[in-house]
Amino acid sequence: MLNMRLYMLQRITALLMAPLVLGHLATMIYAIQGGLSAAEILGRTQGSILWFLFYGTFVVAVAIHGAIGVRTVASEWGGLRGAALDGVMWITGLGLFMLGARAVWAVTFA
Amino acid sequence: MRAARGITSRAHPLWLAYILHRVSGLALAVFLPLHFWVLAMAMTDPARLDGFLHLTEAGLVKLAEFGLVFLLAVHMFGGVRLMALEWLPWSASQKTLAAGATAASFLIAALFFLKAI
Repeated sequence: MLNMRLYMLQRITALLMAPLVLGHLATMIYAIQGGLSAAEILGRTQGSILWFLFYGTFVVAVAIHGAIGVRTVASEWGGLRGAALDGVMWITGLGLFMLGARAVWAVTFA
Repeated sequence: MRAARGITSRAHPLWLAYILHRVSGLALAVFLPLHFWVLAMAMTDPARLDGFLHLTEAGLVKLAEFGLVFLLAVHMFGGVRLMALEWLPWSASQKTLAAGATAASFLIAALFFLKAI
């Protein structure tokens, strides 16, 4: 139930995220040592253009990837079609993007 | 025909790879809004964020974190496996790839768990 454009977008965002996921996993394993705190997280990310770009790219990619993935599941398991199916995709994508962008901003430049 | 029937069987390892990829993806999509909402507290309510982060020291929460790390890793390696199958001229090594993907995910999740406890 995916057209070519959605199919390609799903794969391109996946390829983009593969190294970002590895980076995120490595950061988590490193950061969890000694416990997590707001100060520890912000000390690493605040004012950092690199972390902003890393997580900003991650959020854009995951919003697109998650929305298309949820669309597929809503179609195959939920039986949704047409406008309802596209509605689910857009709500998921825009929701993930807005919440994610807010979180990235909160830990970098807010 | 028989091969196709084999692949749709739930006893087939590739069905397990498919369902693991789908369920991990859905779980991540459900978890992400919560993850983003808690992180945004750095801006809106830092004390509350610290409260949430202290929760991560509880045993049960650590177990849930281990699960999330596993889901993320298994979804990534499962996806890489899927793209390799779609785009690269491989086919006989499907089972090996699927098993390797699960093993690598488990390794990363276990490493995280060992660091966390």
